[in-house]
Amino acid sequence: MSKINVVARTGNEAMAEAMRQINPDVVAAYPITPATEIVQIFASYVSDGLVDTEFVPVESEHSAMSACIGSSAAGGRTMTGTSSQGLALMAEILYVASGLRLPIVLAEVNRALSSPINIHCDHSDTMMVRDAGWIQIFSENAQEAYDNMVQAVKIAETAALPTMVTTDGFIISHGMERIEIFEDKDVKDFVGPKKLGQYLLNLEKPITLGALDLQDYYFEHRRQLAEAMIDSKNIILDVAKTFKDKFGRAYGLFESYKLDDADRAIVVMGSTAGTAKVVADGLRAKGIKAGVLKLRVFRPFPKAEVAEALKNIKAVAVMDRSDTISGHEGPLALEVKAALFDSNIKKEVPDYIFGLGGREVRLEDIESVYKDLGDIIDGKSKDRVTYLGVRE
Amino acid sequence: MAEKTQKPGWKSLPKGDVIEGGGTAREFKTGDWRSERPVHIPEKCIHCLTCWIYCPDSAIVTKDGKFVAFDYKYCKGCGICAHECPVKGKAIKMVSEKEAKKNEKICQK
Repeated sequence: MSKINVVARTGNEAMAEAMRQINPDVVAAYPITPATEIVQIFASYVSDGLVDTEFVPVESEHSAMSACIGSSAAGGRTMTGTSSQGLALMAEILYVASGLRLPIVLAEVNRALSSPINIHCDHSDTMMVRDAGWIQIFSENAQEAYDNMVQAVKIAETAALPTMVTTDGFIISHGMERIEIFEDKDVKDFVGPKKLGQYLLNLEKPITLGALDLQDYYFEHRRQLAEAMIDSKNIILDVAKTFKDKFGRAYGLFESYKLDDADRAIVVMGSTAGTAKVVADGLRAKGIKAGVLKLRVFRPFPKAEVAEALKNIKAVAVMDRSDTISGHEGPLALEVKAALFDSNIKKEVPDYIFGLGGREVRLEDIESVYKDLGDIIDGKSKDRVTYLGVRE
Repeated sequence: MAEKTQKPGWKSLPKGDVIEGGGTAREFKTGDWRSERPVHIPEKCIHCLTCWIYCPDSAIVTKDGKFVAFDYKYCKGCGICAHECPVKGKAIKMVSEKEAKKNEKICQK
């Protein structure tokens, strides 16, 4: 087991710390609130000589991801960080990264998208690129942000898929917490040397990368990408197991919090899962069997596993920190419902769209969701979609 | 529905839009979508090879420091060679592909 150092860190500091210990070959980044600190702190590590990284300060996020692709394609271990509009500007290039199967790791701080302009947390940015072929891992707190970053490098390079680790803007990114960090050498051992597959600077085995791929090959390459995403589920679990063996903390595709005997449960991602656990504990003290399914891995979506975990729970609600603006549910609810449907589990699953633009989600808000679930257990039907905490 | 083909399926293709091996551009004949072609006028040519320097497709064939021919398999007909030709009155002129093909036929007869 690794030696552990207890420190106080914000989510951004924790992610930058993980990047220092990983010591990537290249970081290309452009600043954006609330993710700026991650690469700003990392840039100071570069100038202080604490890492060997080539830091590329570019003029936009589009360029940041493009530079990351160049670096990763050449064979370098490559990382970056961004948020919101920055991720949106990267979107075009995110698809290129996954199509070329480049294991870039991105520290993404969840923030609302304009318009109206807003710098606070919701999951709209990450959800916008949910089909970009990137593995997406959500964190509940700074500790998970750190642990997920350490695991992400190994996951990305084994799966040959780019991976983003997300935190919640300001709530995690700027919230100071007690976290446990590992010794530099233990992180170095854990991530290991970069696994080089085919790369452009390999003079022994020249390749062409990113050639025009029309009607007769594009479909096959996209099918390969889909298969890589399916396979990555086991890779994520394997890496989590190695992580637990070395560092002691357990991770899965999701966390089942008091689900075993629960009659009602909330499915939620990110920092709100922590709040939901507090509410569930409070309800349990009153004899109400409440649980939380905290989804960690949104891509690949653990469909069968989520359905299995929810099948015996009488009433399930989903809390979505983004909206599809489709006239019905948010993205998480759509996935959860599809999972239940395909496992022949018929349930009323109300969706609660909450916290957009950093709107505070209070204990009472989550209590009201559990109360609705109690009503469903009592045979009362609820609205399919509720905008939780919005002023009427 | 699906045409019978020898092309590899997704399971056997190299991962991630990779083409293995170098120099694959050679296999891609870019000369078949030309609308104009450069034609050499030998009596005006001073063999300065400015055309060879400027050609973006390496479609100028030379030997012993002299212009020999255009490689029409790769020449896209961009016209840079004709534009850059420093000879007064030009030693390279651009001719429409339609016209050139008509002349080819006449020559063959």
